[in-house]
Amino acid sequence: MMEGNLLLILAGLPFLAAAVASTVSSRAHSAAAWSSGLILAAGLAILAVLRGSLQNGEILRTTLRWVPSLGLDLAFRMDAFVWLFVTLVYGIAILVLIYARYYLSPSDPVPRFHGVLMVFTGAMVGMLVSGNILMLVVFWELTSLVSFLLIGYWHQGQAARDGARMALIVTGIGGMALLLAMLILGQIAGSYDLDRVLAAGEVVRAHPLYPLVLVLFLLGCFTKSAQMPFHFWLPGAMAAPTPVSAFLHSATMVKAGVFLLIRFSPVLGETQLWFFLVTGTGMATLVLGSLIALFRHDLKGLLAYSTIGHLGLITALAGIGSNGAILAAIFHIVNHAVFKASLFMAAGIIDHESGTRDMRRLSGLMRLMPMTGSLAIVASAAMAGVPLLNGFISKEMFFAEAADWHNGTWLDNSLPWLATLAGIFAVAYSLRFITSVFFGPPPVDLPKTPHEPPAWMRRPVEFLVLACLVIGMLPGLTLGPVLNQAARAVLGRNLPYKDIAIWHGFNLPMVMSLVALAGGVVLVALSGARIAEGPEGPPLLHRLRAQRLFEKVLLVTTWRAPRFLHDIFGTERLQPQLRLAVLAAIAAAAVALWGSLAPSPQPLGNPLDPAFAAMWLAGGACALGSAWMAKYHRFAALILLGGAGLVTCLTFAWLSAPDLAVTQLLVEVVTTVLLVLGLRWLPKRREEIPGDRLVAAHLRRFRDLVIALVGGAGLAAVSYVLLTWPLVPNVGDWFLRNAYKEGGGTNVVNVILVDFRAFDTFGEITVLAIVAITVYVLLRRFRPAQESLDSFKTASPEETAQLADALLVPSVIMRWMFPVLMLVAAYLFVRGHDLPGGGFSAGVTLSIAFLLQYLAHDVRWVETRLTVLPIRWMGVGLLIAGLTGLGALVFGYPFLTAHSRYVTLPLIGEVPAATALIFDTGVFALVVGATVLMLIAIAHQSLRIARLREREQAAEREAA
Amino acid sequence: MEIVLSLAIGVLAASGIWLILRPRTFQVIVGLCLLSYAVNLFIFSMGRLTMAAAPVMPRGGFVDPTAYADPVPQALVLTAIVISFATTALFLVVLIASRGVTGTDHVDGQDREP
Repeated sequence: MMEGNLLLILAGLPFLAAAVASTVSSRAHSAAAWSSGLILAAGLAILAVLRGSLQNGEILRTTLRWVPSLGLDLAFRMDAFVWLFVTLVYGIAILVLIYARYYLSPSDPVPRFHGVLMVFTGAMVGMLVSGNILMLVVFWELTSLVSFLLIGYWHQGQAARDGARMALIVTGIGGMALLLAMLILGQIAGSYDLDRVLAAGEVVRAHPLYPLVLVLFLLGCFTKSAQMPFHFWLPGAMAAPTPVSAFLHSATMVKAGVFLLIRFSPVLGETQLWFFLVTGTGMATLVLGSLIALFRHDLKGLLAYSTIGHLGLITALAGIGSNGAILAAIFHIVNHAVFKASLFMAAGIIDHESGTRDMRRLSGLMRLMPMTGSLAIVASAAMAGVPLLNGFISKEMFFAEAADWHNGTWLDNSLPWLATLAGIFAVAYSLRFITSVFFGPPPVDLPKTPHEPPAWMRRPVEFLVLACLVIGMLPGLTLGPVLNQAARAVLGRNLPYKDIAIWHGFNLPMVMSLVALAGGVVLVALSGARIAEGPEGPPLLHRLRAQRLFEKVLLVTTWRAPRFLHDIFGTERLQPQLRLAVLAAIAAAAVALWGSLAPSPQPLGNPLDPAFAAMWLAGGACALGSAWMAKYHRFAALILLGGAGLVTCLTFAWLSAPDLAVTQLLVEVVTTVLLVLGLRWLPKRREEIPGDRLVAAHLRRFRDLVIALVGGAGLAAVSYVLLTWPLVPNVGDWFLRNAYKEGGGTNVVNVILVDFRAFDTFGEITVLAIVAITVYVLLRRFRPAQESLDSFKTASPEETAQLADALLVPSVIMRWMFPVLMLVAAYLFVRGHDLPGGGFSAGVTLSIAFLLQYLAHDVRWVETRLTVLPIRWMGVGLLIAGLTGLGALVFGYPFLTAHSRYVTLPLIGEVPAATALIFDTGVFALVVGATVLMLIAIAHQSLRIARLREREQAAEREAA
Repeated sequence: MEIVLSLAIGVLAASGIWLILRPRTFQVIVGLCLLSYAVNLFIFSMGRLTMAAAPVMPRGGFVDPTAYADPVPQALVLTAIVISFATTALFLVVLIASRGVTGTDHVDGQDREP
């Protein structure tokens, strides 16, 4: 149990460090480095404790319940392999922190660097200790995301932004592929638990989807660990600060890919396909990466391509997959992390102290910085595989595996040759690095005069180089047991203990090593000068830059293709857009329903009522009429539209939907008034629009008519066919059964709206409020067209009097209607929970009451007598609704849970008093506010114009 | 009943589609109203047609769901009516403002060359 908790703490510590580091002042370099460093050191202590319990092949597991109902748990798991990796990450992270303390300039923002770096460490550790493959993918993606922020740390520079974006896109696409692979793998294995997936190797390999899973999985691994042809993001990522490069691109992020390869090799490996894909890619990457590294002039570029090559080597070993190969792969992961991190740091020191990373300008640095030079020379010797250093031993093991017989295919037979070739290149680029940077004449014309860095900036390098030496000389004593346990944890068999020694006698691998060393020296001696003068890349190959290809693809897919499509399909005119939308809708419906839409064998049906048919005869005529009249006779079209609406409303009433009928009727009234008010601001249409009788216009109308007919006929057919099928029992039955018991109301529709689905209603009234405010705001800045203003004339007193007389009777009636309508609104509101009605219809009714007053008299008459503050009504309504919802939280229920009961009021009797009623009050207030606000805002326009006119006239009089 | 209602939905939808493809803003707003009638009726009819069986129940006790109209489409359509009212209002104001700014009631803000 204690170990389990320690494991959780271990996974959480980097995030704690991130939280601490991101809160320090932006100049507190030391504080951030100390806090992060100490927290990580505590992690190392925990790892030391855990080591004891992992020695005999046990696996530590601990689970945090997350969403138990979905079977989603946060599972953590650690075995000896993971332990080794986590230790590596923690250890290198601490060294990088020390190094970065001196590397970053005082003006670099501290919290962002340390915060992001620690989150990255956390993501990496989380990925390593995940016991669930989906959780693993989440952390995997997190490393991609966070590495974007780290690579782009100096985001002022174009190179950093480009490098970061490229890394994110490439590793992000790989992450998607990995997610797919894991999902399929989980389905095949029957579980997303890592242990069960690891045990399901037989089943997975026999499954027909195995090739697909393998390819997707390898896409994820290869993009992350920069295998050809996805390697190009790694050199681009060298725009990151050097501590980041040393951490991400030597020890952690790129190693995540090979970690996964090795981890899953027992599940997906041991097939011919795996061998060819993995070993083939690995060898290609090894040879090409080493070759390109030889030709790079940029120090970090050389190291980047060398990293690509070494990752290829590890990948090739994972592809071979034998016991020795896995052991060698793990060993090389450690060795490469150690020497490459130290080399990156040394390169950073050189860059920092001399101002350039160009090997053609650097020379003779040994005299100026002897300590750093010696360290870098030892580390590059380890990289080249010189005996007595750690790189030599794992490389020797790789040569041994390459020379061994595995399956006799052409790839297997060519392995020793390819390995030796890559070895020659590796020796050559290491040698070129040493000779061109540290030896030769003293440097001239450097941006800065190089000198030794601060002692503590060198300490991490010293420590790592010491590790190279110690591991190189005493491999069996230092790493032997740990590596053997790790290999056992991966392969899960009782492996014989493999002794790791320096000397295995004079055998084939030894010969290969010697050939590589000699070949590399000869290569540099013969062509070193020519390489330095040549272009940045091998002959011929340097023209083929994957990075440029990638940028081209990016440009085409994200800019050119959209522009091209926009030029073809895009338009700024509304009509083609709507036409496309309608056609797309028709096409979508046709595709979805083609063949599956068949009339029911026993058509359902209610006997036809002739009155209903007659009603729709009128309704259809109204609809067609309004479509016909809308161009030249707007008012007539509006009346006909109202007719169609009225028939719709009667249909609702006829077909057992009284709530809908009430609401539709009220909304119809408000909409018509709104449109009538709007008519005033449209242009007069007395004569025909020019061009209306041209052939082109006729053709356009004919085309639109066809579209309209197809759409209408299609919808009619679909609804008829569906109506002939019996209704399947659905959620509506549940609502009917439970409306009274759970919602305390007998009007099920209302209960659904204010109780079961109150959250939807809450969203809906919010939309209504937003629309009302938008209407109000748009109209505040409204300037009418000149034509509308010209027709606006101030009525003479006689005309006004005449009009007042003409409207006398209606206006008196409308005034008297005010209290009546208020009563109706109250009635509709109170009975809403049990009978048709409710907050919405009550609200619209009340706003109609207000509206009638505006219609009966002029605006000024109303507003001297009646103050409506629509915005406040809306605000209060929204508050009431929201607070009712929050009230449920106080009692420990989810948001908007309703409570229901009946209370007896004097005189009125028993009324439902659910909390839903309070919610409905909010709906009511909001609807009143929104509707009145919209109507008044439009109605006020005339008033505003009149005021404007009066002011102008007054000004004219004064001027006269 | 079913055939009449289906035809009605078809006529409303066809008129609506025809109008929203027209170039004048007022035509489009009327078209949207007609189209919303059609869509509301369509959604509503998906609960099948029942007469004289409003989903208003007696108090308490067990009820037989098949004896009542389906309340779910009704609740959906109630929401749809409200939202289509809001969009109509918004579109009306945009229409008026566009007419004020551009001086024309063409949907693109400028009359097409004849």
